[in-house]
Amino acid sequence: MTLVVGAFTMGLILSLLALGVLISFRILRFCDITVDGSITLGASATAVLLVAGVPPWPATLGGFAAGMAAGFVTGILHTHFKIEELLSGILVMTALYSVNLRVMGKSNVPMLDSGSISDWAEALLRKMYGADKIGVLGWPVPVRDLAMLLTVAALVAAIGILLNIFLRTNLGTAVRAAGENPQMIRAQGVDNRWMQVWGIAVSNGLVGLSGAVLAQYQGFADVQMGIGMMVWGLASIIIGEALIGKKARSPGMMIIGAMMGTVLFRLLIAIALRWGLNPNDLKLVTAAFVFAALVIPHMAGKLGRKIMKGSSNA
Amino acid sequence: MLEINNVVKTFNPGTPNEVRALRGISMKLEEGCFAAIIGTNGSGKSTSLNAVAGSFLPDSGTILLDGQDISNWPEYRRASMIGRVFQNPFAGTAAEMSIAENIVLSMRRGMSRGLGMALNRRVREEIRERIRPLNMGLENRIDNAMGSLSGGQRQALTLLMATWLRPKLLLLDEHTAALDPKSAAQVATLTKEIIEREKLTALMVTHSMQQAVQLPQRIIMMHKGQVVEDIHGVRKARTQVADLMNAFDRVRRRDLFDQSVAEQVLPQYA
Repeated sequence: MTLVVGAFTMGLILSLLALGVLISFRILRFCDITVDGSITLGASATAVLLVAGVPPWPATLGGFAAGMAAGFVTGILHTHFKIEELLSGILVMTALYSVNLRVMGKSNVPMLDSGSISDWAEALLRKMYGADKIGVLGWPVPVRDLAMLLTVAALVAAIGILLNIFLRTNLGTAVRAAGENPQMIRAQGVDNRWMQVWGIAVSNGLVGLSGAVLAQYQGFADVQMGIGMMVWGLASIIIGEALIGKKARSPGMMIIGAMMGTVLFRLLIAIALRWGLNPNDLKLVTAAFVFAALVIPHMAGKLGRKIMKGSSNA
Repeated sequence: MLEINNVVKTFNPGTPNEVRALRGISMKLEEGCFAAIIGTNGSGKSTSLNAVAGSFLPDSGTILLDGQDISNWPEYRRASMIGRVFQNPFAGTAAEMSIAENIVLSMRRGMSRGLGMALNRRVREEIRERIRPLNMGLENRIDNAMGSLSGGQRQALTLLMATWLRPKLLLLDEHTAALDPKSAAQVATLTKEIIEREKLTALMVTHSMQQAVQLPQRIIMMHKGQVVEDIHGVRKARTQVADLMNAFDRVRRRDLFDQSVAEQVLPQYA
């Protein structure tokens, strides 16, 4: 049960990352690799703020703001300095490695004694049940874990609803159109470059937020923690799209899909690890999975056509 | 209303791919005038339209719209005054967004876009009201993805979107060229209807001679980046497709003449 609670919590935390990747990849169609750096930036900023005694929620907001700033730079590099989108992301990601070390002052900041955003829920649960472990479906679960799960679930739900509302506002529809058809949105009088910049900023803000919560969940921020995060986010989105069906492209369904995809992905990973998958192979497996998810539909289509052709010849 | 003064544009200057697309074009469009630009391939007709729309900035010359010098305005800023329909029926709309969402984008063309909800019941009703006269049954499908419509339907909606807020100038870039004959005729009729009803100033690039004769009040003919004919008033009213064909022939013959003269002159320098 601890495993399932852990996988769920991890999945929900990383679904914020998936939402960020959803905005850049699917909505803006911007291949943004800043993510690997901005998740660490969000984590390190929050960790440093927490250790310095800033209350958990403002510190978490700090992680969001830091991620946004990183995304803003990537966006400006691409739109105003005409650097290719992939390279803009790589430049900022690389620079962030040093920035993160500067922010933290060392490669790892533990924050065992600092507060976290789940403190409030933990206190409440203790008051209600007065025990260190609470039975969930008959299994005892530590209050601390359960509090984190509930807090994260509430946060993710709130963010998902806010994002869904935003994407349906006048500004949000313009951002979506700018991603899909820049020519069209320019003809409607919108500077698509700024739509892109702010979109990437919000995307990385969510990634930073994900890092901020992740750091509090695992109790430390580490300069290496961002490696491969973009691919994880992408894998989650792909799973999500398989769950909701590719045709459902309304913002709400995309958001729900990304969240469900991330949680499912974490559960699958938890199961695979339980079955003896070497944790070191995790990123290889993830990359292979994304590759397969991108290539197989295309190959299956080709194979299908070939079979059809064969039968019509016969 | 629209005044183009001696606009010059050279693409890829100083390279082997140098194209002198506009070699000093000038034209003046009165308020409420609907003009067509015709010309051979590569004559610069689409380029002149794009120069007005702001797809690129001219090397020299000025463009005035409604008395304002817009020569250095970026494309999105000019869009506050200009409505556009593109040749590619997919270029003017976002395929994965719904019909209503696409239209609502055009309802704030050139205006600020805040955090108000884009669609509400009143806006939906307005959208239904205005697309009902298209007689395409789209008023019952406004939440369907734009990508589920045919090219003709999308082009009709793009036209409607370009004129939803009355533009000071409407630019049509061969907007029926990529459609099947029936949809092309439908969109052409719709174009004429809207322009006449709203008394719009419009500039249309076309390579259909028939369209050039039937729709506009004025025909501007371009060749090699210059305006070579400007047919309006009584002369336009008398112009038939055959007359335009003759005009093209004249231009072509002059080209041949240029070459043959060059060949005759060349030996003297050799």
